[in-house]
Parts: sequence; structure tokens; C-alpha cells
Amino acid sequence: MKDRVSHFLQKTGIFAVLALIFLVCSFISKDFLKYNNLINVTRQLCVGILIAYGEMLLIISGFLDLSVGSVLALSGVVSIMVFKSTGNIFAALTTALLIGIICNIVNAFFVAQLKVPAFIATLGMMQVARGIALYITGGKNILQLGNYVKVGQGMLGPVPVPVIIVVFVTVFVWWLLNHTRYGRSLYAIGGNRAAAEASGIDSKRSIYLSYIINGAMVGLAGVIFMARNNAGLPNGAVGYEMTGLTAAIVGGTSFTGGIGSVSGTVAGAFIIGFLENVMNLIGVNAYIQQIIEGLIIALAVAVDITVKLRKSGRVIIVKENKVKSN
Amino acid sequence: MDKIKMRLSKIEKSFPGVKALDGIEFSVREGTVHALCGENGAGKSTLMKIIMGLYKADKGSIFLDEKEVDIKNPIQARDLGISMIAQELSYVPELSVEENLFLGRLPLKALGMIDWKKVRQESKKFLEEENLSYKPWQKLKTLTVSDIQILEIIKAVTNNAKIIIMDEPTSSITQSEVENLFKKVEELKKKGVSIIYISHKMDEVFRIADDISILRDGKVVASKKASEFDLESVISLMVGRKIENAYPKEDAELGDKVLEIDKLSKDKLFEDIDFYVKKGEIVGFAGLVGAGRTEVMRAIYGLDHKDSGSVKIKSKEVNIKNPADSIKEGLILLSESRKDDGIVPVRSVMENASLASLQKFIYSGFAHRKKERNAVYESFMKMNVKTPTLDTPISSLSGGNQQKVLLSRWMLSEPDILILDEPTRGIDIGAKFEIYKLMTDMVKEGKAIIMVSSELPELIGMCDRIYVMNKGRISGMLKRDEFSQEDIMRYATGL
Repeated sequence: MKDRVSHFLQKTGIFAVLALIFLVCSFISKDFLKYNNLINVTRQLCVGILIAYGEMLLIISGFLDLSVGSVLALSGVVSIMVFKSTGNIFAALTTALLIGIICNIVNAFFVAQLKVPAFIATLGMMQVARGIALYITGGKNILQLGNYVKVGQGMLGPVPVPVIIVVFVTVFVWWLLNHTRYGRSLYAIGGNRAAAEASGIDSKRSIYLSYIINGAMVGLAGVIFMARNNAGLPNGAVGYEMTGLTAAIVGGTSFTGGIGSVSGTVAGAFIIGFLENVMNLIGVNAYIQQIIEGLIIALAVAVDITVKLRKSGRVIIVKENKVKSN
Repeated sequence: MDKIKMRLSKIEKSFPGVKALDGIEFSVREGTVHALCGENGAGKSTLMKIIMGLYKADKGSIFLDEKEVDIKNPIQARDLGISMIAQELSYVPELSVEENLFLGRLPLKALGMIDWKKVRQESKKFLEEENLSYKPWQKLKTLTVSDIQILEIIKAVTNNAKIIIMDEPTSSITQSEVENLFKKVEELKKKGVSIIYISHKMDEVFRIADDISILRDGKVVASKKASEFDLESVISLMVGRKIENAYPKEDAELGDKVLEIDKLSKDKLFEDIDFYVKKGEIVGFAGLVGAGRTEVMRAIYGLDHKDSGSVKIKSKEVNIKNPADSIKEGLILLSESRKDDGIVPVRSVMENASLASLQKFIYSGFAHRKKERNAVYESFMKMNVKTPTLDTPISSLSGGNQQKVLLSRWMLSEPDILILDEPTRGIDIGAKFEIYKLMTDMVKEGKAIIMVSSELPELIGMCDRIYVMNKGRISGMLKRDEFSQEDIMRYATGL
């Protein structure tokens, strides 16, 4: 029996965990399966998923970004300022993307050019970006965003606007990872940078590209975040890098580099999203929620890793078999 | 001297789906060197792990001085006087010599404080006794691999080791350091220490072994005095078939010079390197470790920068700034270190194979996976790569198969000139032979090969010409009809 369960998990991994949680959630609360609830969960996850994609690209190639929360706040408030003075949502959106990208080019410069560990370089950016956001707003929230909020709260038919945005981004990131040389290079760089370089791969270029894409994700997330809150919050989104990192890691992205997928990251984000949602629905105490969430995240990753270890163990045995039969 | 120090009886060990060891009978006499030979996967490491207490045998018993012992873990093995010098030495580079010597058994004073004075005194005494010039406070990272290896051996002896297992001890040290090691081994023998010596290098085995046991498919297929074996019998027992000629060298038609190097220099590493390679030629590079061969090749390939000098490919001067330029020009380098800049361990064999020619399989915004699979599959068939599937992570393949995947990587990029740096290091005889065969096929197809190797027999067996390097310079060049180990060694040592 135990063997059969593990065999099932091997094939499906984190998706089995997701399905299990979905099933359990629908039993726990009869409101869980309602369309409005599910679409709400999805809407709430949008910011987190965008961040998770950026982090995933970086972790796959062996890096990370701790400045996400701060850069998100900075690009959000600046784009709101631009919107308030021009009234043009596209100008506002472009500004947000640009600021996210510029901050991350600086990150990439420190990481790729000056070889500062990503942890430290982006920790620095975390302070700098937050400082700028607070300075230019005088630390005050910007209120009355007008039409800006549509990016976060609007609906296109039955589907929220941010969900549509995330769907497009998802396809884009999936395409990047699976159908471009850049995507394949990322896996190789994260798995063994020296080997990738010796095979003619320009690792610096890939690192810059990863940070730039991460920056665009963060800028976009910034707009959605502020619009959803109907306010420019220079102090907002603190610690959001952890939300993104968690989704990516729960989704099977390996912190040692070289492994990760879009589908896994989406699954990771939804595992966390469903958990939070169902606990809200049945009114679990917020502090207890945090404890349960922490435990389940650790458990989900433990299951995933155990399953993978078994899997690779079995592969080795197959190899020895081959050696023997020769 | 005929006292049996250790005896293994009817040892069996199975892993799910495979019997790794099948009724092993193996005994080591006191004060002798017992060589253990066998191809990768024959069961040598499993057996050693059982002796070291890392694995538990399913059946069978171990006797020390004819008393049955039960070895549960490496600490117990150490207490019983069994030590192992691993192939890839694991040490902490920031630790000092003395800390390393006393690692895990630092003497204590009152209140559990470390008695550093005693540590210093005793390490000094050891180093003096062993005639070693380095200081107890020197950090390990300042020593050479061979120094550290000798240190490991001393450590084993001070731990009162009666049996020392040496796993491929000469794989990363120079010729003169090998001599040093052998001297040490002789001393140990005189002290009554028994040594289990694992090596792929037959000349060494025959030089120092008193007894030889040969393992194949988890069984001991032969075990007797070294003098009762000869090279051919050992090899055919190991592979289970006869290899007619160890080096399948065939003459290929020589063409124009495809690579010409002129006055290549790099500060402190190499100077005035001039050489050429013709189409269809295998050119060897011999020299001691540290002579600068790898550095020259890395500079030509664009992995490291060079100070001056020119590189011509097919009579056209090229400016190679990085490996990508080089690959475009049809020049590739198979690196000497599979682990460091060869394989991407977590990725599949397929992705590893196509890594240097992605533009062939991913273009117009689309990955042509079927094309990629077919090309890789075809290449694997040609290279005789043994892998369960194309999606298996490369790290779960044997060293020889990993090397063949890397060769596939380079063949898929369709090079004209291949620099192969230590292409057969750490792989078994069967796989070596296949790689030689592939090299022969490649030059017959009109490619040119530069082969850097520290194993003279394979250079002499496979090359058309051999350049010898000494201290960053080319000190001599020999043609095939002039090859002799003595001359090469003379150039290599600069005599």
C-alpha cells in the first residue's frame, strides 16, 4: 500500500498534493467550490503568482531577489503619480514596468558584473527602493486612484482583469522556459554555470535577462497590488518576496538551481491560496492560520523531496541493472 | 608474512533489483599490498563500503585476525584499525594541518577545552618524523593534492590503522608524487600494515601489488599472487572478454593544417607556445601536472584570456574571445574535469547532450523537441551511451557513460577540431577502448584531435605526434616512429 501511494505521488508529485488539498477544502466548507469564491482566490493570488514567476526564473539559474516587496511598492507609487498627472493608464503601466526593470538591471549589474552574492545585492536594493518610495511620497499613502483601480478590480465579463493578465504572463513564461534558448540556458546555468559557459552559453546575458523579466513582473504586480488596494502604499507589500519564493519552492523549484517549472509554481501558489481561503471560510483564528500554513508548506515540500529522492534512487538501480546485463 | 590479517567470507549484498555482491571471498595478508581490480560497477566500492561499515552486508562475515567482527559504522571501522583514503579527498581547505591531523579526536583539557599545546607538539613531532617540510599551522588549501594525500595516510597510521584502503590514489597527482606515495606504501608494509589498493592503472598495480583480486559482476573471478598474473590476463578477466589491441589506432589521411598556434603566451602560465594540427591527425600533449597544458587549451578555446599570440583556423586568423566564438569556428574543448565544467548533473542526458548546439533545435521561437530527441538518440547510438531513457539525469550514469554523453554534446556541434583534455580519466577499460575507437573514427572522417593526457601509454598508442610541455613551454616534439616513454619523460622533466 505504502509503495502504491509513493508510486502514485512519483508520477504526479506536487499536483497530487494540490488535488488532495482541493478535495479536502471542498469537504471542509460548502462555500469553497462556489464560482465567486474560486475566482476570488484566483484574483488574490495574481500578485503572488507574478512575483513567483520572477523568483522562479532567478532560482532556476541559481539566484534570487529579496527586493521584490520594495521595488513593487516603488513602481506602484510612481506609476500612480504618473497616472494622476497624465490620466493615461498605459503611461502609468509603462512607468511601473520601467522602474521594476531599472531596479533589476542594477541588481543584475551587482550580481553578474561585480559578482556580489544575489542575496546581498538584492538585500541592498530592498532598502534603497523602499527608501525612495517613502521619500517621494513623504511616507504618505496616495488616495483616490480613479480609473487606475480597474487594473486590479475590473472585470472582463465574468473574469477579473488581473486574472487575464496573469494568464497571458503564464503563457509567456511557459514559452520562455520551454521554447527559447534562454530558457534552456537558465536550467544549465543553475545546474552548473561553469559547464554552461564552457558550452558556449553567455551566462551574463541570461542573468541580466532574468532580472529584467523579474523586474517587469514586479512592476506589473505593483500596479495590480496598488489598484486592488485602491491606494498608493509606499509602505505596502513588505515581505512579498517571501510569498513569491514560497510559491516557487512549494511548486518544486530547487533552491540548488537547475530545476523548476511554470506548472509547479502555479500549483505551489494555489496550494497556499486554497489553504488560506478555506481557513478564512471556516473562520480559523488568524494566528492559528499562520501556524497551520507554515506546517503544511514544510510538509508539502518534504513530500515532494522524498518522492524525488526515491525516484532518482530507482533510476540508479536501473543503471546498475544495465551494467550487469552487459 | 603469510598471516591473514582480514578475511571476508561469503559476502552478499543486494540492492532492489540487482545483486551487487555475490558470495565474495577475499583475504588480505599482513604487511602486503592487495590490489583490487575491476570495471566500474563491478562491485569494488560496494565491497569497500561494507568493510568501512557504510553498508551492511546481507550475508557473510568479516574476520580480523581470524576473529569475526561486526562493523556497523566508519567509527567502529577506525577503532578496529581500518582506514580509507578516498579517491576524491574531502578536506576543509580553511583548516590547518594540525587541526586536520586531529580532526575528530582533539585532545581535551579540563572543562572540555581543547589542548592546543599538545596538538601543536604532537603534530610537529609527526611532521618531523615523516620528513615533511610544511608547518602545523599551514592551512590545507596551501598544500598540493599529494601533500594532503600523504597527510591522510599519516593520519590513518596515527589512528593505528592496520588496514588502509586506497581508492585510485594516483588519479590526481604527478609522476614524482606517485613515487613518493609508493615509497610511503613500502614503509607501511614494513610496519606490518596491509593495504587494499584500488586502481585502474595496470602499471601501478603490477609495480606495487603482492596479490591481485579481480572483481567482475559482483564476484571474485580470480585472486592470487601478482606474479602469477600478466597484464593481458588481468584485463581479459576484468572485462570478461579479450581486448585484442588496447589502442585501436588506424592511419587516417592527413590533410592541410587546420589549427596553427603562434607564440601564444600568458603571464606566469605559459610562454611562446607554437604548434599545429593537421586534418586527420591526433596530436598528443604530454607533460607533468602543472606544465601548463590545460591552461594553453583553455586559452585557445576562449575559456581563459591570453596575453599574446595568434590562433589560425584553416589558415585564417581568428579572434576567439569566448567558447561561443570557438564553437562557431568549429573548435571545441572536452574539459579535463567532468564534474566542474562538463556535466549539468540535475538535467537530463538529452539536455546535456544538446547544450552546445541549442540553435539547431530551438529556433523561430519554438523548440523542435522531436528533432532534438532524434539527433541525440542517433548520437548516443553511435557513441554507445548506455542510459535507461533520454530523460534520465546525467548524474545517475557511470563516469564512462557521462563522458560519452559529453562527447556526444561536442559531436552534435559538428566540430572540425577537437581538444580532448584527459578524455579517459577515471573511466574503466571497456569505456576507454570505446573512446579510442571513436577518436579513430573521427579522424577518419577528417576531423583533427588534440589529446592532452597524463597517461603516456595512451598517448603513445593513439597519437601521430606528441608535443611535450615543461614549465609552461613546449620542450619537445616527437613523431610516431620516435615515440619512447623515456624521451617523453626526459622532455617533460626538462632534463
